[in-house]
Amino acid sequence: MFKVRVIPCLDVKDGRVVKGVNFVDLRDAGDPVEAAIAYDAAGADELTFLDITATHENRGIMLDVVRRTAEACFMPVTVGGGVREVNDIKTLLRAGADKVSINSAAVSRREFVKEAAEKFGGQCVVVAIDAKRVKRAGGGERWEIFTHGGRNSTGIDAIEYAQEVVSLGAGEILLTSMDRDGTRQGFDIPLTRAIADSIPVPVIASGGVGNLDHLVDGIRDGHATAVLAASIFHFGEFTIREAKEHMSRRGLPMRLDA
Amino acid sequence: MSVAIIDYGSGNLHSAAKAFERAARSMDNPQKVFVTSDPDQAYGADRLVLPGVGAFADCRRGLDAVNGMVEAITEAVRVKARPMFGICVGMQLFATRGKEHVITQGLNWIGGDVEKITPRDESLKIPHMGWNTLDVLREHPVLDGLPLGPKGQHAYFVHSYHLNAANEADVLARADYGGPVTAIVGKDTAIGTQFHPEKSQRFGLALISNFLRWKP
Repeated sequence: MFKVRVIPCLDVKDGRVVKGVNFVDLRDAGDPVEAAIAYDAAGADELTFLDITATHENRGIMLDVVRRTAEACFMPVTVGGGVREVNDIKTLLRAGADKVSINSAAVSRREFVKEAAEKFGGQCVVVAIDAKRVKRAGGGERWEIFTHGGRNSTGIDAIEYAQEVVSLGAGEILLTSMDRDGTRQGFDIPLTRAIADSIPVPVIASGGVGNLDHLVDGIRDGHATAVLAASIFHFGEFTIREAKEHMSRRGLPMRLDA
Repeated sequence: MSVAIIDYGSGNLHSAAKAFERAARSMDNPQKVFVTSDPDQAYGADRLVLPGVGAFADCRRGLDAVNGMVEAITEAVRVKARPMFGICVGMQLFATRGKEHVITQGLNWIGGDVEKITPRDESLKIPHMGWNTLDVLREHPVLDGLPLGPKGQHAYFVHSYHLNAANEADVLARADYGGPVTAIVGKDTAIGTQFHPEKSQRFGLALISNFLRWKP
């Protein structure tokens, strides 16, 4: 039976985990590879690294993190952050990433999604969508794409954008609600559901997880096929296994043998 | 003993090589795992691995672009009876034809076409991306001791096409995704998985170990 995925996400800056990870006794809580190994052992279904390194010169560090992770962890790894050119994707995949996540580069140039999917196959092209509720001119609300961590409005409708990048070859959508991100109030369920129901590819729900019921809601009510969370796992509040067992008790098909 | 991982410009070679190295290291008789784009080295290896990700036609083109590689691996597997492990599109290349976007000739080691999966349940997403259990159709040494079936271990899939085998005897295991999906094929000394053993954690490494021990 096909299972729902639980995906921890590690923010990495200059080769170090941002804020550290303290869910398990690690020799070096700031080493992303150690954190990846711990999540692998804990039964995470995939792992996502988000590289928030600001300078171009330090980007090579992430490749080394990916390479070392692939040597130690035999699980699917997605890398996002700063993926702007076909060559960025090639070097990440060669280093051992399974999927790359494209964010603002796809907003500014949609053709990039097509180039990436044609060259490497849509299965490894994740488009990350950061969406925020905005008031419609004529009343009501809709979701728009925002870039730069939710600061810059683009005026692009999130549902139309999701459909467009999927038609260009994206194999998966990583959907983050900028309204909920960091609030611990749960996913934006209407947003997740609106996107998931309008495209044929899997949607990973992200942004706002504060408890384990939120993970259940994202799948059951948001129609996502995977859930991504960071802080509830990193700070030791819940283990991956606790999350999966909770979701299983709520009737979702989970992989519990890992 | 040596294991050649065929490099034809496709696939996540690093991950596949690391997984085979890890499995080989944990055996009594460690086998040397190496990545090669040299047909002579591939031909001389005791075991072969054909990885592959992306589109069928691209992978076939990539394989053809390595002068002499198709002949070398065909001879090694079909004549010298060397064990071969195909992964994902590497496995799909064993088929007669690929029908992803365009019709492309495969290696024709296993009769059948590579076709789009069409789940009956329309809410199921394509690609089939994530973890699924396996239902065994035919016992095989590479599956020895692996807990499979509905309550068994899971394999990691990422694909939209699968090998629809002409002869059911060539299918060792299936997954269910709104209908049967070919998960493991096996014929003579070739086996192949649609899923990624190098990404399937403990189960994947156990399967690779079985392959390394297999003496067909």
